[in-house]
Amino acid sequence: MASNGIKIAIVGGGLAGLAASMKIAEAGHFVDLFSVVPVKRSHSVCAQGGINGAVNTKGEGDSTWEHFDDTVYGGDFLANQPPAKAMCEMAPAIIYLFDRMGVPFSRTQEGLLDFRRFGGTKHHRTAFAGASTGQQLLYALDEQVRRFEMGGKVKKYEHWEMMSLVLDGSGVCRGLIAMDLQTLELRAFPADAVIMATGGPGLIFGKSTNSMVCTGSAVSTCYQQGAQYANGEFIQVHPTSIPGEDKLRLMSESARGEGGRVWVPRQPGDTRLPSSIPEKERWYFLEEKYPAYGNLVPRDIATREIFQVCIEGKGVGGDNQVYLDLTHIPAETLDRKLGAILEIYEMFVGDDPRHVPMRIFPGVHYSMGGLWVDFNQRTNIPGLLAAGECDYSIHGANRLGANSLVSCVFGGFVAAPAAIEFARNIERNGADGSRIYEQELIRQREINDALIKQSGNENQYLLHQEMGKWMTDNVTVVRYNDKLKATDNKLLELMDRYKRISINDSNLWATMALPHARHLDNMLELARVITLGALNRNESRGAHFKPDFPDRDDENFLKTTIAEYSGEGPVISYEAVDVSLITPRKRDYSKGKKEGAAAASGGRGSALPHKQGAPQVPRPDAELKPENLSAPLIWGQNKEAVADPSAELTTRREQGKSIGEAGGKSD
Amino acid sequence: MTATQSSSHSSSVTRPAKQLPKSVEIHIRRRANPDSPQYWERFAIPYRPNLNIISCLLEIQKNPVTSDGRPTTPPVWSMNCLEQVCGICTMVINGKVRQSCSALIDNLDQPIKLEPMSKFPNVRDLVVDRSQMFDHLKRIHAWIELDGTHDLGPGPRMDQDDVQERYAYSRCMTCGCCLEACPQYDGDNYIGPQAIAQVRLFNMHPTGKMTRDERLEALLQEDGITNCGNAQNCVQVCPMNIPLTRAIYEENREAVVHGLFGWLKK
Repeated sequence: MASNGIKIAIVGGGLAGLAASMKIAEAGHFVDLFSVVPVKRSHSVCAQGGINGAVNTKGEGDSTWEHFDDTVYGGDFLANQPPAKAMCEMAPAIIYLFDRMGVPFSRTQEGLLDFRRFGGTKHHRTAFAGASTGQQLLYALDEQVRRFEMGGKVKKYEHWEMMSLVLDGSGVCRGLIAMDLQTLELRAFPADAVIMATGGPGLIFGKSTNSMVCTGSAVSTCYQQGAQYANGEFIQVHPTSIPGEDKLRLMSESARGEGGRVWVPRQPGDTRLPSSIPEKERWYFLEEKYPAYGNLVPRDIATREIFQVCIEGKGVGGDNQVYLDLTHIPAETLDRKLGAILEIYEMFVGDDPRHVPMRIFPGVHYSMGGLWVDFNQRTNIPGLLAAGECDYSIHGANRLGANSLVSCVFGGFVAAPAAIEFARNIERNGADGSRIYEQELIRQREINDALIKQSGNENQYLLHQEMGKWMTDNVTVVRYNDKLKATDNKLLELMDRYKRISINDSNLWATMALPHARHLDNMLELARVITLGALNRNESRGAHFKPDFPDRDDENFLKTTIAEYSGEGPVISYEAVDVSLITPRKRDYSKGKKEGAAAASGGRGSALPHKQGAPQVPRPDAELKPENLSAPLIWGQNKEAVADPSAELTTRREQGKSIGEAGGKSD
Repeated sequence: MTATQSSSHSSSVTRPAKQLPKSVEIHIRRRANPDSPQYWERFAIPYRPNLNIISCLLEIQKNPVTSDGRPTTPPVWSMNCLEQVCGICTMVINGKVRQSCSALIDNLDQPIKLEPMSKFPNVRDLVVDRSQMFDHLKRIHAWIELDGTHDLGPGPRMDQDDVQERYAYSRCMTCGCCLEACPQYDGDNYIGPQAIAQVRLFNMHPTGKMTRDERLEALLQEDGITNCGNAQNCVQVCPMNIPLTRAIYEENREAVVHGLFGWLKK
């Protein structure tokens, strides 16, 4: 075991990538860390709300099991349950670790961590640092990784973009090809394993709440080289975002919570100022359609209704926007309760929401789907792992608020030891090792050269815009099979037109044009995966809604969608979901979760090891401590096995005793 | 950008009718590569309400033609979160350093002048290399020395007031506005307000305090805290409203005490 020589390449420097980097460096191994932006500027900074972990410091009887149940219930039972459970069990320890790293989490009067309530749960389970928890968590990991960078364990390649994997003759991942975004130099980086941590693909939808680097391009290259992509059709759309010319910015749901009213002019295309439209000429469509809940209908319903109104051309000014009106509430009240979020609106729109109704529209926010991984974050390509939003595990058909940050860190913490384990056991390349790098380098050079040389009358940015429009209109909130088919045809047309783009920048130094063209190609491939996944899934579940198939269909679709690349397009197959811990029940937020839960899963739940809540005041010597974060976590691959009753009793802790012991169990 | 998503055409219905400009005139200070000279180019794009600088640059990028009709190379800039939290899109707009994502056209005098930050190496057009700021974070040991990342329970208890002060420093996104505005900072002669505020962030933390001497030593180097000329420009331009001058005051005091008496500890 030549542990000193192990080198893992990590692609992406957000929470998941940095979490994995830190663990690998701490274990004494080397990391090459690739990021298209300085890692401190990754998209994780955008997360505002907080990070979930059931610590039960509020005396509410919360437990990691409750968190687990909320997660799979919120995900409409499409998530494999063992990793979701493992994440919830590790969550308190993750929060405490960030606390020790110096994250300025909000405190109680005793100086303990404070927790707030978030969507989809009845417990105070969300630790938060002001309104910028993601930024604070990312910085904490950035700082720790910088410490390891100083120690020579981590080498950062910032402003480098991964272009493809290097696979050997037996399909094992042996490293990657990356491009320097200033010089456009392509270089091969051998590695004993590669971890993808590149985040979501929001830019496929043109504009989203995602950052501009969130193209999904790197993940798409993995898919095109044989990695399976799972549940691509599950895209979370946030009901209230601020539409901008450049992106969609999140408007917190608390605006509706504090009494905001959603409306459009009754007369479509009415050009009067909102203040001069009389009450009876306003259509408060949520209040009209849902008299019981009014503007406080759940997130998915609000999203669908607002979207539908706009698609029918009834949006304000005929555009994709509706009013979210707070002007009937006194300005002092608004400042007290919503000050921070109103300032965001003012900063980016320029209107004062205290006096002018806000204009909002649902915005693509998060991809539950991603690279298929087993319970150790390993993809189907040996030596390639994935963590964070770019993998499909944990969230099922819909992600719970404040679960994204914890899933990123969890994914990184599991991927790191799994990558080391793989690297320890893999034989290094022999004499012909360098050839595979040279071959892939040549292939990438040829793609770039061809793009630079080709000339045609298509504009890459307009093609991107067209793709975004089609995907937003047809593959987000409300989905119809005929429109999905038409969208796939449009994507094929765009792929054809892509062959006739010309790079509009004759200066290739630090150009944005060539990288964007490469992203566009990869985004089109992934767009087809998302679209065809949606077309094939004839049911409604979580974020995926088809009016023609309005119910969840467990008989036919309690399955993970798996897309595999072929020259003719994605080949879709299905894999059963591991529901061994909680029996699926109807997801219905109009009732308390417990009512349905008692009947459906009580029996099975009782067969599990007795769960206790964490002590009220967490102490270092508390009896039920979350598992040791540095302990190796290795699970057997559970791709085919489903609903094995014995799995109920096997926790990650029990299985992951040591790398040596557990290694035999993994296949 | 996409037609159906484009939001802002209708702003005319939410704003009082007033004389709106027909186009947005933007002058960009450009540079092809680090070895070539800077030059100005003028662009004009159709006016729409609620545009920000990024939207204008995206529009120019699609079809880069100067306002006198001459095709040119697309201007290059940095952008990512577009929510003023990643710090990457910082540039000098009408003479003031700020993030371009939160710079709204409706609030700017035209013609709008865009320039790269002047205190950092200029890569191309509006892109600069701020890696020196990250190097500063290494020099001041801007992290908590952990025993390890295994589970050791929660961190130390803290007063919410202290947390709030630390939170203010912890929001620094390494954008470089403070260094651009600082009359003392000129490349490598002064470690600058950004790094000093991070020293404050970690020296305030109960665990961070245990290694505060290392950070103070860094501030006592030749390019250290004594180079501050008290112009107080930094705190004026900081987009996160970080109390930079307070950090400089506090750390100067700590550093002076450490410089005078620190040797007694050894």
